[in-house]
Amino acid sequence: MGTGAVTSGRGTFHRGIHPPERKHLTEKAPVEVLPTPPEVRIALLQHLGRPCEAAVKARTEVALGDIIGESTGFVCAPVHASVSGVTGRVSVTTLPNGRHVRVVPIKSAEEQPLAGDALLADVLGGEWPTGCKQAKACGTRSMGGFEQYEPKAIAEAAHSAGLVGLGGAAFPTHVKLTRNEQKPIRTLLINGCECEPYLTADYALMVAAPRAVIAGALLGQRATGADEVIVCVEDNKPKAIEALRRAAEGTAVSVRVLKTKYPQGGEKQLTVAVLGKEVPTGGLPLDVGAMVLNVGTAAALARAVTRGKPLTHRIVTVSGRGIKEPKNLLVPIGASYRALIDYCGGMTEDAARVVAGGPMMGFTIGSLDVPVTKGTSGLTVMTRDEVRKAGETTCLRCGRCVDVCPLDLVPTKIALASRAGNVELAERYHITACMECGCCAYVCPASIPLIQLIRLGKVLRQRAEAAKEK
Amino acid sequence: MAEGEAKQAANAVETSPAAQVVEVAASPHLSETGVTTRRMMMDVVVGLAPAIAMAVVVFRWYAVVQMGLCVLSCLAAEALFTWMRGKPIQLGDCSAIVTGVILGLSLPWSAPWYIAVIGSAVAMGLGKAVFGGLGYNIFNPAMVGRAFVMLSFAKALGASAYVVGESSLRVVTQATPLTVAKKVAGDLAAGKVVGADLEVQLSHARELWPLFVGNVNGSLGETSALALLIGGLYLCIRRSASWEIPAGALGSALVFAGLANWLKLTPFTALHHLVGGSLLFGAFFIATDPVTSPVTPKGKFIFGLGVGLLVIVLRVFSGYPEGVMFAVLLMNAAVPLMNQWTIPRPVGGPTPKRS
Repeated sequence: MGTGAVTSGRGTFHRGIHPPERKHLTEKAPVEVLPTPPEVRIALLQHLGRPCEAAVKARTEVALGDIIGESTGFVCAPVHASVSGVTGRVSVTTLPNGRHVRVVPIKSAEEQPLAGDALLADVLGGEWPTGCKQAKACGTRSMGGFEQYEPKAIAEAAHSAGLVGLGGAAFPTHVKLTRNEQKPIRTLLINGCECEPYLTADYALMVAAPRAVIAGALLGQRATGADEVIVCVEDNKPKAIEALRRAAEGTAVSVRVLKTKYPQGGEKQLTVAVLGKEVPTGGLPLDVGAMVLNVGTAAALARAVTRGKPLTHRIVTVSGRGIKEPKNLLVPIGASYRALIDYCGGMTEDAARVVAGGPMMGFTIGSLDVPVTKGTSGLTVMTRDEVRKAGETTCLRCGRCVDVCPLDLVPTKIALASRAGNVELAERYHITACMECGCCAYVCPASIPLIQLIRLGKVLRQRAEAAKEK
Repeated sequence: MAEGEAKQAANAVETSPAAQVVEVAASPHLSETGVTTRRMMMDVVVGLAPAIAMAVVVFRWYAVVQMGLCVLSCLAAEALFTWMRGKPIQLGDCSAIVTGVILGLSLPWSAPWYIAVIGSAVAMGLGKAVFGGLGYNIFNPAMVGRAFVMLSFAKALGASAYVVGESSLRVVTQATPLTVAKKVAGDLAAGKVVGADLEVQLSHARELWPLFVGNVNGSLGETSALALLIGGLYLCIRRSASWEIPAGALGSALVFAGLANWLKLTPFTALHHLVGGSLLFGAFFIATDPVTSPVTPKGKFIFGLGVGLLVIVLRVFSGYPEGVMFAVLLMNAAVPLMNQWTIPRPVGGPTPKRS
């Protein structure tokens, strides 16, 4: 199946910004294994959807990979123990996005079945089946032997492994892989763009285990029935592109290189850049026959299906000018941020903000005892100088925010309407379409907190809707 | 010495390292360095530097006096009105300086001192303070001031004010090019034969090179098209002015001036209209004031088109030889409407209506 026909995107989207990449801090760092922390706290809600129900009582011995929380609905993925040890009493923690969720603490046992290099090999290493080496023998439509898996079985394996989107949004993967008869998937996009400054978790994965990503991509194609599958990478990652191209040789997976620009990694920007199609406002890539999976999710899918292993570890980039030894770490889900920061030499004197995620869209955290969840792609410690802004002044309607908004909105109007409590005006300027990428606030000469105001506006709008319904 | 040491020992309490203070804030946590309102304002002054330099070269001491008076009066007026409103005085954003420079450059060399002072006071007061200060005004403050003194002191600012019989400055002994064009057009329309000396003046006025470089009479800043182009392009490249506005203004002015010339309504060609008069000054430095122009790119372009069209209409059909000031003010009034009409379609289409 030729890939030329469907991919009619220009390789980029319009507007957007070019923030400093600052990936040099961790680009060359190979993935290091975080020494098993003394305790992990597994959150019972790590995704969009319903929370899990605790499956084990307190003071129970659990082994690495045991189910800790069972799913309670369709849009729910189970959670597993990321260390062997003894559980404690369920407590509550506040995640970086502000939600209070219940957590199951596990005190790590002295001996772990997998640690250090063995753990690294188990998660990232070893052979990943990507199919025939010779394209001629298998034909270009080769699924690499994945025909042996039934689509439903792949989705089920994703569910039992507790897979959610590792790109940050953390949507349960099995829901995405379940075929939808009304909205078939024509193109599966594997997102390796990682457009946030500082973050290199996806990059490290693509370089260390490209075949896992390709295997996951093929499994995803089998599950969704997509006509084509494309791995998308920004052009600032030549090593990853090279590794993926080599791994994808002879398979049905193609690699598309996109112009480096923030926020190329957003779903809506991906479909425009690769397919030339706009996801309808309020809709999903499903509505244009596309599906986007993060490279980390693809690799975890490969591990779940071909090795039967659940999602218990992930790569997290601990970086920023405020951390003494930036690294890419393989961490168990539930490790505290404090453990990660301590392993990386601690924070510098001028550290000012600890951000879960990247500097453009990440949430600051108020306590280092917050546990890593499946959606945590990075921990960015920023210094006072980096975050310093001039005091807020009046909006001059200069239009710079309009010039950079990747969704063609008028951020100043939405933000100022929100500040004035004028929900109707905010809606007229399409407030619900805003993805809060931060391009507008990044360029505002008056240092107006545009994203904060737009979020406020969305809350006001929801309240107004709720009041109307009553 | 021993006492000091003892004191030190007493004060040295075993403390754990001070707990590090980190802050919680909304994303994004990075911002583009060096981009501030003040820098955008100062960029306008830097962009005007070539025009200011040419003004001093052509009009010498008069240019210095006018601009100096305007800038000082604007600063003083801004301080006074801010104090009267009970707000803290913030002259640091440099917007008063910009208004002063633009107002100064739009005055004729011969305007008496009180024109500059009154014009500045009206610009900052009626043009800005009554609306709520920086960012809230509807009309370009410098143009409000200019229009006020134009209408109140017609003699001091009329076409005749630009010319004196004898002067060490050669340029000021000749009428401004647009005034000559107006007179000639008027004579032709009335069916009169154009006088010989007017013909001579017209042929002088038609010389493109002096119009381009700036060796002609006119308001202080408008004379040198070259200086204005250099400064204007600088502003657009630095994104301290939106290029859509001059693009629209110059585009439509060229088209309509060409049309007017073809219809024999004006003896000047489109190119003359471009480099003569204050069209370039207006297109790059006056119409581009962000507060009083639309916020969307489409809106800015339409705004520019309107300014260009009105400038030519006023030059050809009104009693004034120049039309930039009123063209800008008229388009300023239409900005809220243009903002409404050019709300862009979001990527993915408009928000679906709730059923």
